Amino acid sequence: MLCENCGVRPATLHFTKIINDKKTEFHLCEQCAKEKGEMMGDNDGFDSFSFHHLLSGLLNFDQVVNNDHSLKEEKEAIRCKTCGLTFSQFKKSGKFGCSDCYHYFEPHLEPIFRRIHGNTQHSGKVPLRSGKKIKQKKELNTLRTQLQQKITSEEFEEAAKIRDQIKELERKLSERRG
Amino acid sequence: MTVDNFFQNAISEWMRGDGPHSDIVISSRIRLARNLKNHPFPLLYTNTESNAVIEEVKSSISQEQIKRIGSFTFIPLEDLTLLQKKVLVEKHLISLHLANESRKGAVAISENESISIMVNEEDHIRIQCLYPGLQIYDAWKIANEIDNIFEQKLDYAFDEKRGYLTSCPTNVGTGIRASVMLHLSALVLTGQINRIIPAITQVGLTVRGIYGEGSEALGNLFQISNQITLGQTEEDIIENLHGVVNQIIEHERQSRKNLIQESRVQMEDRVGRAFGILSYARNIDSKEAMERLSDLRLGIDLQLIKGISASVINELMVMIQQGFLQQYAGGELNVEERDVRRATIIREGLSSLQKE
Repeated sequence: MLCENCGVRPATLHFTKIINDKKTEFHLCEQCAKEKGEMMGDNDGFDSFSFHHLLSGLLNFDQVVNNDHSLKEEKEAIRCKTCGLTFSQFKKSGKFGCSDCYHYFEPHLEPIFRRIHGNTQHSGKVPLRSGKKIKQKKELNTLRTQLQQKITSEEFEEAAKIRDQIKELERKLSERRG
Repeated sequence: MTVDNFFQNAISEWMRGDGPHSDIVISSRIRLARNLKNHPFPLLYTNTESNAVIEEVKSSISQEQIKRIGSFTFIPLEDLTLLQKKVLVEKHLISLHLANESRKGAVAISENESISIMVNEEDHIRIQCLYPGLQIYDAWKIANEIDNIFEQKLDYAFDEKRGYLTSCPTNVGTGIRASVMLHLSALVLTGQINRIIPAITQVGLTVRGIYGEGSEALGNLFQISNQITLGQTEEDIIENLHGVVNQIIEHERQSRKNLIQESRVQMEDRVGRAFGILSYARNIDSKEAMERLSDLRLGIDLQLIKGISASVINELMVMIQQGFLQQYAGGELNVEERDVRRATIIREGLSSLQKE
């Protein structure tokens, strides 16, 4: 086995650390252990905990709180239909498999984002080109809802106007795609 | 421009420039994480997919508009030796992650090395801009510009509600990491750093060592960066960091002033000893070397030592790192050989200055 730190020299030191009931194993060569050893001594061991260890701690937070096993199992088994990653795999690695994972895991992501960022809604930059499309799609959806309303309330003249607007927008959107 | 230049010079061209507050701030960095729609994240890659993403990014880098920003060299990581990769990490041109998982990775580096674009790191694309001193807004401006040019051609994974989708939930939203590298020797000497670090982490920022996550604050160098990427605008994030960094700079300056006023002799002694050890040591490990170089750098900034420029110290701090040391020596060295080599490089670096 090679040293986890440098990946060059063989690992000669193997040790396990338990902090707050969390077990972590290290396999290091002598030199890296020496370097790391100083680090641990200096900082009470916190630096040696990489951010990802902390992160998967955050993601697993609800295991302690939520004791309803059937519910938990159901949640763990959710799978991203695009890349096949399960929610439980995501929690283990702390990494999504593809951008669609955000869609398939959506119902369970709010608390995770809130815990990490204190926020759940993006308010920064919107891409210039595809952002335009997003705006138009949004507009299209609003128009469609309006159309339904007009039809239900039998305002057909208004409905026809909206229908034309929808057609125009749909044409624009498909043009951009082509 | 050959690839070799990236490995031969310890100090990037951009670092020779002077920036605001360069007596305390070493560099400012912006990193944007971006992913392409319709490709799984690098974690789940097959070779075909990684090549497809590399090709897409390569073609967006070759756009005219990008060429106007800088002349880029595109390097597949599998073409590099282990030592060469280490050197790029030590110069902050690639991340440790990219160096370790380099099977599918590539990097495009601008001629003056202030911009590097990593491909197939944890995310498909990572745009990184480095500036000397405190110039975080300028770094953002360039990164943002490159991002906009890329987006004309590339289909980014973006969601109205969650923003730019990233492999790790800690980067989602803006995908931005703004960071500033500071040399805080007076705050360390006076012990005030222990009060400041917890305060920094309370305002959504983190403090790390020079080589990022999990690394030690060698040579009193600290990297302060934003932790939150979702729910704030890029400008808010940068302003927040900028504000906090300005306060830290003030604290460091005040501490330096106090040290000089109250313990001038001790400071002169400390700096003089550092200079002596560095000038005459025949064998020095990296931790001690970084500490002494930090002392020497403080001495230069406090004008206790004249005739050495701070940028030489910056350069030495990179040159004595493991990878660079071995690359420079032309091959692998064991620990003792490295310590001897390190002492030689520093000695030569300092003595060549005195002759000038």
